[in-house]
Amino acid sequence: MKTILYIIQKEFKQIFRNKAMLPIIFVMPLIQLIILSNAATFDIKNIKFAYVDHDHTSTSRAIVKKFNASTYFSVLSDFPSNEVANDAMLNGKVDVVLEIPQYFERDLQNEKRNNLGVTINAIDGAAAGVENAYVLQIIQSLNNNLMMDLLNPTDALTIRPKNITTLPSFWYNETLNYKTFMVPGILVLLVTMITLFLSGMNIVREKEIGTLEQINVTPIKKSQFIIGKLFPFWVIGLAILTVGLIIAKVIFNVPIVGSLLLMYLYTSIYILVVLGIGLFISNFTDTQQQAMFIAWFFMVIFILMSGLFTPIESMPKWAQTITDFNPIKYFVEVMRMVMLKGSGLVDIMPQLLNTLLFALIMNGLAVWSYKKTN
Amino acid sequence: MKRFVGFIKKEFYHIFRDRRSLFILFGMPIAQILLFGFAITNEINNVEIAILDHSKDATTKEIINKISASKYFSINEFIERESEIENAFKKGKIKAVLNFEKDFSKNFIKEKHANIQVITDATDPNTANTISNYVNAIIKQYQKELNKDVTIAYQVIPETRMVYNPELKSVYMFVPGVMTVILMLVSAMMTSISITREKELGTMEILLVSPLKPSQVIIGKVFPYIFLSIINATVIVLLSIFIFNMPIHGSLVLLAFESVVFIITALALGILISTISATQQTAMMISLMGLMLPVILLSGFIFPISSMPLPLQFISNIIPAKWFIIIIKGIMLKGVGLQFLWKETLILLVMTVFFIGLSVKKYKIRLE
Repeated sequence: MKTILYIIQKEFKQIFRNKAMLPIIFVMPLIQLIILSNAATFDIKNIKFAYVDHDHTSTSRAIVKKFNASTYFSVLSDFPSNEVANDAMLNGKVDVVLEIPQYFERDLQNEKRNNLGVTINAIDGAAAGVENAYVLQIIQSLNNNLMMDLLNPTDALTIRPKNITTLPSFWYNETLNYKTFMVPGILVLLVTMITLFLSGMNIVREKEIGTLEQINVTPIKKSQFIIGKLFPFWVIGLAILTVGLIIAKVIFNVPIVGSLLLMYLYTSIYILVVLGIGLFISNFTDTQQQAMFIAWFFMVIFILMSGLFTPIESMPKWAQTITDFNPIKYFVEVMRMVMLKGSGLVDIMPQLLNTLLFALIMNGLAVWSYKKTN
Repeated sequence: MKRFVGFIKKEFYHIFRDRRSLFILFGMPIAQILLFGFAITNEINNVEIAILDHSKDATTKEIINKISASKYFSINEFIERESEIENAFKKGKIKAVLNFEKDFSKNFIKEKHANIQVITDATDPNTANTISNYVNAIIKQYQKELNKDVTIAYQVIPETRMVYNPELKSVYMFVPGVMTVILMLVSAMMTSISITREKELGTMEILLVSPLKPSQVIIGKVFPYIFLSIINATVIVLLSIFIFNMPIHGSLVLLAFESVVFIITALALGILISTISATQQTAMMISLMGLMLPVILLSGFIFPISSMPLPLQFISNIIPAKWFIIIIKGIMLKGVGLQFLWKETLILLVMTVFFIGLSVKKYKIRLE
């Protein structure tokens, strides 16, 4: 026991003496949490919109006015011709172009229907879908107005179409605030990245500098050494979680509905998984460069397959099966469920058990693969 | 010159002898492109939903059939009471509940008006909003079928053209992003590590007292990575063309030129990182922690920059990745030439000069 304490003491001293690393460990993640949570939004706002009006009538102006009034579109400019609009789109200055053809008003009155040209930059397919939906909404309301103008009240009653209204109701996040969703997720990432990179590099560093050999010839047991090595990072992980939660609450006003105790319980097991992976990588590599590279490789795949940025349900079945082996996925789920919905121990039991299993396997492998002799 | 060539040779040996890193260096882009192309999409499909049907009549049944027939939704369970909704959400399996009011058919036929409540789990606002819109669209479609006889006067019909990506494939969005992230991280991280490694192991001293000039040492260090990054970029472009049928509307030569410019920018950033960090650990943490998330999040790779708050839109301008993504999308998907992209290219070049200038200023030829 005393031996472990000494190792832990040594590790903490090494961490706190490295003045270049301290801000990277403690300040950078939190600044990233504060800044990047604002960046991660799929909300489509300030759509770069322009129009080409070949008609110049009261109807065409009314249409433009409707787009102008919408909060989604920022109406950039009135282009004189399609060519100019096209160039602007190639330049990336506009993303949506509305084209009102000549004689639009006249034809609408004569034929009772007419077409509007809408061109959308669809490189970001998801955003283009949303932009299209907004355009349709505006034109829908335009059509309703036109209908009201035309019909006299008695007509309106007899030919009134049957109507089903859908009433949306957004639970747990009524204002659809994206930060509420992203802050817990990004916090998960930061805790994972810091603990994985630090633990992955730690032992291999001693190997590379040659100090590992010195430790190997001491009477320190394998398990003591590993516990002593990993404990400080476990503490750092929980410390980052704590500060992150405070930031989430104070700066982003993210509701913390569920039990804090449950979050800490889960996280303390989760960090063990990450440390186990880090240690395992450490054992199988010879240089820090290799270790980092491998850690980075898995990190990127774990992040992308975690459901943090893109929904897991949309993935094909085989990919969903792969995500079952991704510890970050469970952490993201648990944080969001407990923090935002107030899920209890029973609700997160599957995730908890899986994580526990991973922790046992990874640490078992790590201890097994660590050899005191070459 | 001969010395310099020898030095470059040494660097190549270093890299090729480290099989594990090499494997990852080339395996990484392939794995990522395949994942993004096949697995990761921000479209919404097969969302599991629950139904709470208070009337259970012909109309609600028909609507439920329509919903379950769509590829967007699969019905996970039928629940009986409002009180069960909360529990269903907490388990985290279902994302939405459709709540049909009592006497749905009766209201619909007699009053010509009926309500469906769409309750969504808005912890993920994007999915919630999309679900809500899709349900609405399905129901509007159904309504249209029923109202066929009622002629609606005066209609403006938008004719939408989705340009550059008519099928709205998300891989078009991701390929430029993945390419940028990989080139950025590989170049910046590998160079910064390989230079600080010499510092940490003490071999930098040997290089500094050798007749090689400091600039030759740095260029020699960086050179192999230019070569490797170009191979990586080529692999990514080939994969995206042959597996995902991504078009290259613009000029391949221009694409190659811009990629080299960006690789050099990233390498310059790597050199800068190595001059300000003493150990590999610091260099790695700066290039990984400091670059990974900003490059993924602030470059327009996944999240649209125009939706971000203004200060962040401003910050995104100093991320080289943002400009490169604009350039690749321009060349591959829009087919534009240098006359549209000179500004972005110039920005990358200026950044490169700035990084190199700063590194030269900070570079110490003597060790303390």
